[in-house]
Amino acid sequence: MFASFMVNAWLIATIVAVVAGVVGFFVVLRGSAFPAHAIPNGAFAGAAGANLIGVNPLIGLGVFSLGAALGIARLSRRGRADAVTALALVMMLALGAAFLSQSTEYEPAIFSLLFGEILGVSSGQILPVVILGVVCVLAVALLYRRLLLTSVVPEIAAARGLRPERVEVAFLVVLACATTMTVPVVGALLIFTLMIGPPAAARCFVDRPGPALVLSVVLALVTVWAAIACSYRTNWPVGFYVSAFSALVYGVGRAFAARRLRRPVPVA
Amino acid sequence: MNEAPVLEVENVTVSFAGRTVLDEVTFEVRRGEFTGLIGSNGVGKTTLLRAILGLQRLDAGEIRVRGEPLSHHHRSFGYVPQKVLLDPDVPMRARDFVALGLDAHRYGFRRRTKEERELIERTIVDVHAEEFADRRVGTLSGGEQQRILIAHALVARPALLLLDEPLANLDPKSVQEIVALLHAVATDHQVAVLLSAHEMNALLAVMDRIVYVTNGRAASGTTDEVVRSEVLSALYGQHVDVLKLHGRVLVVVEPGQDKQDIDEHPTLTVS
Amino acid sequence: MHLVIEPGFFSSGPVGTALVIGAVTAVVSAVVGVFTVVRGQSFAGHALTDVATTGGSGAFYFGVSPLLGFLGAGVVGAGAMDLIGVQRMRGRDLATGIVLGLATGLAALFLFLDTTSRATTGATQQILFGSIFTLDPSTIPLVVVMSLATLVVIAVIRRPLLLSSFSSELAAAKGIGLRRVGLLFMLALAVAVGLSSIAIGSVLSTALLIGPAATAIRFSTSLRSAVIVAGVIGVLSTWLGVLLAYDSFYWFPSSQGLPVSFFIVALVFLAYLVSGPLSARSARRGALRAPRPSRVEAGT
Repeated sequence: MFASFMVNAWLIATIVAVVAGVVGFFVVLRGSAFPAHAIPNGAFAGAAGANLIGVNPLIGLGVFSLGAALGIARLSRRGRADAVTALALVMMLALGAAFLSQSTEYEPAIFSLLFGEILGVSSGQILPVVILGVVCVLAVALLYRRLLLTSVVPEIAAARGLRPERVEVAFLVVLACATTMTVPVVGALLIFTLMIGPPAAARCFVDRPGPALVLSVVLALVTVWAAIACSYRTNWPVGFYVSAFSALVYGVGRAFAARRLRRPVPVA
Repeated sequence: MNEAPVLEVENVTVSFAGRTVLDEVTFEVRRGEFTGLIGSNGVGKTTLLRAILGLQRLDAGEIRVRGEPLSHHHRSFGYVPQKVLLDPDVPMRARDFVALGLDAHRYGFRRRTKEERELIERTIVDVHAEEFADRRVGTLSGGEQQRILIAHALVARPALLLLDEPLANLDPKSVQEIVALLHAVATDHQVAVLLSAHEMNALLAVMDRIVYVTNGRAASGTTDEVVRSEVLSALYGQHVDVLKLHGRVLVVVEPGQDKQDIDEHPTLTVS
Repeated sequence: MHLVIEPGFFSSGPVGTALVIGAVTAVVSAVVGVFTVVRGQSFAGHALTDVATTGGSGAFYFGVSPLLGFLGAGVVGAGAMDLIGVQRMRGRDLATGIVLGLATGLAALFLFLDTTSRATTGATQQILFGSIFTLDPSTIPLVVVMSLATLVVIAVIRRPLLLSSFSSELAAAKGIGLRRVGLLFMLALAVAVGLSSIAIGSVLSTALLIGPAATAIRFSTSLRSAVIVAGVIGVLSTWLGVLLAYDSFYWFPSSQGLPVSFFIVALVFLAYLVSGPLSARSARRGALRAPRPSRVEAGT
């Protein structure tokens, strides 16, 4: 499984895992479940559209992910959960299906965009993916402390002039970048598990933010590597293994957390 | 004491939804003083605090910090909000949370210097939080969490500490502890402390000044100056009796147009 | 006439089946959807679509009719959610998201196995995005019966349904079998999702559930008018969607046509967007308002 054509897959998988671990840590911390669903749906439509007009899919993924992210940023300023948001989510998927229906490779294209593909990223796209990955990680590193405070106690952050709304927009853009590079490998419908499972598990084991972030990356790497290896062996879809192993990791984490709770706390 | 007050609130008026929430409120807070913002729920205390934080636009009046007008980020303040929901799953110890009080505004994640770490440690000791400093913030009790929030606000050595109803959900023992702690913060660290509460009795012993708010209007001064029948009657716009008994105060408002003061602890209605 | 309705529309068998099944499922979805939105259980509806996806793809793999897969999985899922306590399920709950992700992952596996082992094409698009033109007419009786049954159940329990959505304490005090009503509603929801899944696919079925309902609620002043308006919007969107999809075969040189589900979802979405300005006028007349969560919830 380490043949030359698979080297790409491992390289991309590693970058994807690192980004998912880093960005996912904050997705979980901020409870950004909705953007984590909505942006990939937009990405799907974008990739399908790019496919249709013969443009590099990363561009389609990127443009639509960014659009979805900024759209969400505007909507959340209104502060209401509207049917619009649920309908828009579904509309993106329907749009993607419509785009794909016009291409000759309807079926395989739908499948790989929704559920992932080991070789989802061609060698010509490695550089852009690496760049996107570096941008994501650097952005999070730069905003690390602000992200922490605005995620945990936004009202205090606002009082300190840290402008949580701006941090939110920046984070959504980072999430859009992360989605752009992750969808080809893991699939739009299954990204969510990778962004949620390993980070949620990591924080069950560790009490401090820094180490939790690192563990989040480690667990994401383990998840993705195992998924690629199993997918290679059995030929079954990568996305299936990613969702399964993410769930497994999460389960182990929760079990550990539950045991911790039951252990008697030393009385002062 | 010829230094400019840390906070000056002058004729501040705020209205929304057609209602005047704050009506020409005026008071000042000086360094090292403990000021209580007292009033029942809904009279405008939170609005006033938000205005001081720069989060609420003023329709009239001015707020000055150390003689200068309020600007967007005021790091001279520490702020402790009313309700903070902390998830026990959040991977952050109390200690880490306090540390963020020092450098959340910085970009990047440069390691904290020795001096910074010592400062954080000292602040934790000041609020008597050493025992639970390594526990997750979301697992702390109400009183413990309150102390950590105060430490977070305090660690950057602000000139003014603002607390929005910090005593509201605490058991009586914790109330005493927090009040004593805040009094020590004011006197020992020479920080101006402004806290809002709907019950003044717990604070009588430590308050240097009181700002008594009702219906958007306020009277400020020492407790002896303000908590008197004449002053409060003028404020309420109807007859008010003030009873002092065993070091506690009861403000008695006869039922009138002021529906909101009925059923609140600090005031009794006499039919 | 040719501009609007391409030749052969009315004489086509598959079109007829599509129109009938489409209309029936749209009505059920709209009616159940109104209650779903009013009860604030939109997320439960969304969760059931993921479960239905797994069921449909699994059924396909095991050679069973997808309809049975959608319905079966939906019913099991509804029962499980009711057991866990649906009111505790919210879009933000990590565990729920992970479980639903796993269900979707399983669906991926089934679809893959299906494509490779049985060399059938189009499983993915059929299950996820529907294939209303290839529905077997013999399923019409089953669809109609299930729809009618669901509508009857909803009609019977409509008052306790509404009451328990506004105040569970009040409803409990009145001695209504709250658990039973809740479970029945979840089952009705499962059926609605399952039926609309065969029409427009499991992944898109939320649109028929929530869209017409949310639109109708915006400017209806009573439950009855909301249900009727939602039903009308649902049926019209479906029929128009079928028509446009049929026509689209003639639009492009490649003659592949656009999926029906795309048109239906687009029309439902459009209806909601257009109703915005209209509802502002009705708001003053006191429209039937759904309880609004105070923070932005995920996917509700």
